[in-house]
Amino acid sequence: MDLSLMVSSLPKLLSAAVITLKLLSISLIIGLFIGLLFAILRLSKNSIINRFAYAYSYVFRGTPLLVQIFIIYYGLGQVEYFRSTFLWVIFKEPYWCAIIAFALNTGAYTSEILRSAFQTIKPGIIEAGKSLGISGKIIFYKIQIPVAIRQSLPAYGNEIILMMKGTSLASTVTLMDITGVAKHIVSTTYKPLEIFITAGGIYLFMTFFIHNLIKYLEKKYSY
Amino acid sequence: MDLLTFGKTGWGDELFYATLMTIAVSITAMLIGFLFSAIFTPLKLSNNKFLNLIANSYTTVIRGVPELLVIYLFFFGGSGAIMYVASIFGYHEYIEINAFITGSVAIGIISGAYSTEVFRGAIQSIDKGQFEACKVLGLKRYIYFLKVIMPQMLRLAIPNLSNVWQITLKDTSLISVTGLVEIMRQSYIAAGSTRDPLFFYSFAAILYLMLTFLSMKLINKLEVKYSRGF
Repeated sequence: MDLSLMVSSLPKLLSAAVITLKLLSISLIIGLFIGLLFAILRLSKNSIINRFAYAYSYVFRGTPLLVQIFIIYYGLGQVEYFRSTFLWVIFKEPYWCAIIAFALNTGAYTSEILRSAFQTIKPGIIEAGKSLGISGKIIFYKIQIPVAIRQSLPAYGNEIILMMKGTSLASTVTLMDITGVAKHIVSTTYKPLEIFITAGGIYLFMTFFIHNLIKYLEKKYSY
Repeated sequence: MDLLTFGKTGWGDELFYATLMTIAVSITAMLIGFLFSAIFTPLKLSNNKFLNLIANSYTTVIRGVPELLVIYLFFFGGSGAIMYVASIFGYHEYIEINAFITGSVAIGIISGAYSTEVFRGAIQSIDKGQFEACKVLGLKRYIYFLKVIMPQMLRLAIPNLSNVWQITLKDTSLISVTGLVEIMRQSYIAAGSTRDPLFFYSFAAILYLMLTFLSMKLINKLEVKYSRGF
């Protein structure tokens, strides 16, 4: 074990952690909106909309994240027509390709989490709202969504941690996140054990942080 | 579709064998995972604080670190570690470990961390009276585990184990970085030589969907079998 190498590689890995956190936070925010949208679509009574939303979550949950990134990064660039549209500005960057793949992936999981949260809301809460003469729209935005978010907090915390681990796949499309930088350092120092263990330590620290943050939020918003 | 024909011109047979490889790696990894959970579940449930700590650090560390990093660690660090051990015994040649073995062990350790949690949860949710009844009846330890606890545990564990299986199956795609020719690696090779990545990666996605769909069907049957009488 080369302890001094572990220490000297730490600053480089920590600065790479910024990219990991950026990838994570942007894709989580986009994913949350996608998830909310598809959870609402899943609850719709129209069977076509319902099936479409189910197919989306089934496909993204049933295939590995790596395949999704590769289809978006390598696959879409192949379509001639696509390259001439304005979207190409976004899709030619590996950074945005990774974020789109992550957001779509976490969106699928989030939609399942939120859907089950919506379904477990006690009907009494909605009935109480109705009997008070509150309109359906306001019941949905002011009662159902906040309660559903609170109920899905523990499951969503797990999803955040899974997604944080998923961001390591960004290194396969040339991005220099923690894993990418670790691999680069290994290729120059030939000390895989030390470097990967240090990188793992940073990830582990982030996992602990997210875990405790979610626990804190659960306590704060418990009812 | 010409790209998928069997034989020398198409990629059909290559992708077929790659699918078999993915299945083989997933099953091996899952079994290695069961082996790990057979070791760590009792440690988690024991009353000894030190043993608890060992088992908890195993599951927390593995579940808190990206799968890709674990695979890199095993693939790049594994042969180094083995060569170091071998050098103590006076063997200084280069040792290369088979990609199948490293891959299955790495994924197996990850899968083991998840299945340990599943088994722990299943055993803990068995009614306490069952354990006490066994003690009162004076059953031998292994009979008591095999005939009373195990069947009840499996019934509770199978739905969650099917999630672990799905995770394991999808994680095997990461082994492609080590060069083992499974679905992902074969698609990468095919995409590179035909310059048609969209087609091959989409096809890989369909293969994975088929695998998850079929395995869910099988697991549902198992679930029905083990929930008889409840």
